[in-house]
Amino acid sequence: MKARWKKWTDDYGLFLLIVVLVVSVWEWIIRKGFIPSFILPSPSSIVHSLIDNWQILFEVHLPATLKEVIIGFCLSVVGGVTLGICMHFSRVVEKALYPFLIISQTIPLIAISPIFIMWFGYSIWSKIAVTILTAFFPIVVSTYDGLKLGGNEYRELLLTMGANRWELFKKVQFPTALPVILSGLKMSVVYCVVGATIGEWLGASEGLGYFSRRMSGNLQADAVFAAVFLLSLLGIVLFLLIAILEKQLLKNRFR
Amino acid sequence: MNICFGIWFTREEIGLSNSSIVSVKDLSYTFSKEDPSKSILSKVSIDVNAGEFVSVIGTSGSGKSTLFKLLAGLLEPIEGQIWIDGKQCDNRLGKVGYMPQKDLLLPWRTVMDNILLPIELIKENKKQKMVEIREWLSRFGLFEYENAYPNELSGGMRQRVAFLRTLMTGRDLLLLDEPFGALDSMTKRKMHSWLLELWGELQKTVLFITHDLEEAILLSDRIYILPSDSNQIIQEVKINLPRPRSSNFIYQSDFIEMRKELERLINNEG
Repeated sequence: MKARWKKWTDDYGLFLLIVVLVVSVWEWIIRKGFIPSFILPSPSSIVHSLIDNWQILFEVHLPATLKEVIIGFCLSVVGGVTLGICMHFSRVVEKALYPFLIISQTIPLIAISPIFIMWFGYSIWSKIAVTILTAFFPIVVSTYDGLKLGGNEYRELLLTMGANRWELFKKVQFPTALPVILSGLKMSVVYCVVGATIGEWLGASEGLGYFSRRMSGNLQADAVFAAVFLLSLLGIVLFLLIAILEKQLLKNRFR
Repeated sequence: MNICFGIWFTREEIGLSNSSIVSVKDLSYTFSKEDPSKSILSKVSIDVNAGEFVSVIGTSGSGKSTLFKLLAGLLEPIEGQIWIDGKQCDNRLGKVGYMPQKDLLLPWRTVMDNILLPIELIKENKKQKMVEIREWLSRFGLFEYENAYPNELSGGMRQRVAFLRTLMTGRDLLLLDEPFGALDSMTKRKMHSWLLELWGELQKTVLFITHDLEEAILLSDRIYILPSDSNQIIQEVKINLPRPRSSNFIYQSDFIEMRKELERLINNEG
């Protein structure tokens, strides 16, 4: 128990110390009145706002955003991994689609999002479309690049054992790519939260992004910060979930 | 030195090659088809009988590994024929056991699962084979490591696992491409004694690439010397040391004589 505590303080002690320090200085600055609280709310007022809006945040807005993120992420994973695999197997698909993938990342999201609203209306799908646009790319690229790692030596060895292309993929290339794909997923799930928030900004009736935008219109900076705090917490939790999944899937490899 | 066994000679004289498990005639290969002078192999002919241990030596770049890849079916020759089991075959993939220099064990599979890989690919019954593999593992001194992962093993152990995996392809002909090349000399000596002990009951045919003359003489029945200049012809040396051999043979005078002779042949060629 003591050893675990020591390891924990070793890993996170410095980080927590800085957090406490920053929050204290921040609180002190606002209390002293150096910055007006509608520009930068004090940490204590953010906590107050969190508690005041507890019900609406946790029962309406957080679930709405979470739903968009999860649907968007799942569709991105299925589509992205499939496309990455297709590009790996077919040079034609690779040559035809790779440029489009890159182009999709150069489009300023904010600029194209109103079009999504036009296409999908104010339904959840306009938000999911923005989410997919942000989350898709890292998944495709990590899948495609990961599959290239398989190595020619392994390919030759398995071919001499009589393996066909599919067996080679299943036995060597996919397992080799898995750590890279999982890194892509970790990145992508955080982008999903960003994407969903932007989607909500542009037109929604619920969700943390919508809430923060409405509150900023009302100059309620503390409520905006409360929503932002929850969004960032959501990103961290999702990231950690994928990290746990990664640890489970790869636990045999790095011992 | 170059005295051949009677049987071998006669068969050659008659021109029969049906007892040879692999037979290569006038094999040529080049990486650039435009410039035939840059050929890797030119008119190489070798012949290996069932149950023989034959080494291929030669300087770097003489095309040893290329020869193996041609035999395994990973490359196609420009000219010449390859017979395996008396049949000339175009698709040789999956017909011979190939062990590359690196062990190439899959790090996410246990020792047992790594050895089962070729069995999975030829879709044989895994359960049955596992009994056989466990027997081999204990013979290989790896019994306790059945469920270990490759990164828990030493270099010598990994090579033995890779060898067992090659064995489990079930092929009669094994191509071993410098299997002990990456090991330190102590471990290498141990692997030699181990392989010599095992050889009698393996009932396999081995083609073996090495840089190490001592290793080649100790293990082989015959040695082919691939010339560094592909225009020169391939030389063959017969090793008349009795079997079973032990790794102490390297201190015997006829062993040393043989080694001198081999070095002379290589230097003359160069």
